[in-house]
Amino acid sequence: MKWGSNTWVGGSLVVLALGVAIFAPWIALTDPVMDANLMNAELPPSWQFPFGTDAQGRDIYSRILYGARISLTVGIVSQVCNSLIGVTLGLTAGYWGGWWDDVVSGITNLMLAIPSLVFALAIMAILGPGLMSLVIALGLTSWSYSCRIARAQVLSLKSQGYVQAARILGYGDLRIMFTQVLPNILGPLIVIATLGMGGAILAEAALSFLGLGIRPPFPSWGSMLSEARDQIRAAPWLSVFPGLAIFFTVLGLNLLGDGLRDILDPQSTTRRA
Amino acid sequence: MLLVLARRLGNVIPTLLAVVALVFLLFSVLPGSFISGMNEDGRSQIDPAVMERMRKEMGLDDPLIERFVKYVAHTAMGDLGTSFRTREPVTKLIGVRVWPSLKLVLAAMTFAISVGVTLGFLAALRPGSLIDTISMVGAISGLSLSQFWFGLMLMYLFALQLQWLPSFGYGDGGLRYLILPAVALGVGPMALLARTTRAAVLDILNADFIRTARSKGMSERRVVEWHVLRNALVLVITIVGLQFGSLMGQAVVVEKLFAWPGVGSLMVDSVFQRDMPAVQGCILMIVLFFLLINTLVDIAYVVIDPRIRYG
Repeated sequence: MKWGSNTWVGGSLVVLALGVAIFAPWIALTDPVMDANLMNAELPPSWQFPFGTDAQGRDIYSRILYGARISLTVGIVSQVCNSLIGVTLGLTAGYWGGWWDDVVSGITNLMLAIPSLVFALAIMAILGPGLMSLVIALGLTSWSYSCRIARAQVLSLKSQGYVQAARILGYGDLRIMFTQVLPNILGPLIVIATLGMGGAILAEAALSFLGLGIRPPFPSWGSMLSEARDQIRAAPWLSVFPGLAIFFTVLGLNLLGDGLRDILDPQSTTRRA
Repeated sequence: MLLVLARRLGNVIPTLLAVVALVFLLFSVLPGSFISGMNEDGRSQIDPAVMERMRKEMGLDDPLIERFVKYVAHTAMGDLGTSFRTREPVTKLIGVRVWPSLKLVLAAMTFAISVGVTLGFLAALRPGSLIDTISMVGAISGLSLSQFWFGLMLMYLFALQLQWLPSFGYGDGGLRYLILPAVALGVGPMALLARTTRAAVLDILNADFIRTARSKGMSERRVVEWHVLRNALVLVITIVGLQFGSLMGQAVVVEKLFAWPGVGSLMVDSVFQRDMPAVQGCILMIVLFFLLINTLVDIAYVVIDPRIRYG
């Protein structure tokens, strides 16, 4: 196991983002929603307000810390959903084959034909804004990669000796899939999930920016940008810092995903597309 | 060639039908409708009698299966329904938006291909060099950028501070208005193309046929032009085809940011106005476009690589 510099840099950025999200109440300077003070409206960055303040006089630094909670929650929960759906469908389709495989492949192709952000947008349009809708919209719309990878891997592992042995010992199909096959294909799936988490955070920001995700006054990085857009001329710092927070978090996840791929999956052909 | 085209188009139709079915189901089985939504968001209270009439008029009370058959039949004939808000045919609303969208997406892809493939190539020809390091750091950063934020920063720098380019809008449709949105949208695929091109070229340079070409005395320039370029192109085209999907998803946000009058911004506006026929129409339009692009990609394979045959 060789941990490249990618893994270290990426891992550190991700740990930083997680730490910020967990400890937000302790390291924030003010309350992100309630501490509005028009006396402090639209102040540029200073010692008192490291990232400046917004039109209501709220501290951007504190809002970004709390925003990490939303972005990471959406990223992690939706990616867990995607992985569960993708892995379950991919494993069963590859293992059982037959009509079930045809059905799953059909659905996967259908999912690939609709751009996932457009699909998520449609679901948000139906469910309405909010954290729960975001998680559902993003958790249901981008499982096709993990499904494809899981299926392809199962197809190549199905005929291996230890899988055959488990079958002769009388293991049930599901037990074989989850105890014999799954542990052996976990590597590429972890890589896909890490990279997908970055994608989910970007998608959350985009949907919140459009006003369909987290609604103001609650601080999500995307909703902060959506408020900042109109004041870009007068108060550019409102746009700069939430964007940097998104950038470094997603960069961390991408570097970590790349690093993990080199470690877990050296012969990978699963480059992100 | 015609056979390939026919086969590919034959594959498009079932997928398109499935998308039509999915979109229909999403918007009609899930609870809530345009009318109940109008009541719930508190903007306007509607008299129950009026609600009843509207439901009847829009055919929302008919049995599901009947509505579905009607919807598919109408869609097949190119009738996407009538917009709830403007009372115009959805096809007309979308029609005027297609060309701006197409222009933006193609411009973004042109930018992505010309910059991304060049960077990837240069990086692979000199692995470990300064240009390699710079392009790869640039590529991973480009993949991590949120495209609308990048657009916002471009807008601030080039439109508001330097005043070189207009900050938003379609204007006269000229190049000046196109540059900022196209660069913002193209940065993601550009980064991905730089990375994949680099990986592909490195792979190809290690292949046996390159050693053969060199050992028979082919000049390095000719090796790159004749063998490497052609082989890398297949992979590049695959990525381009796949990227069109996410590009058109991102275009929705970038169009909204730059107030670009495309299908994407129409979709977002329609979502806010709960104009479901228009939303459905936009989704179908986007999917249709994506499927057609990928059909073209499949055809391009056959042209570039004679080993690929669809039997």
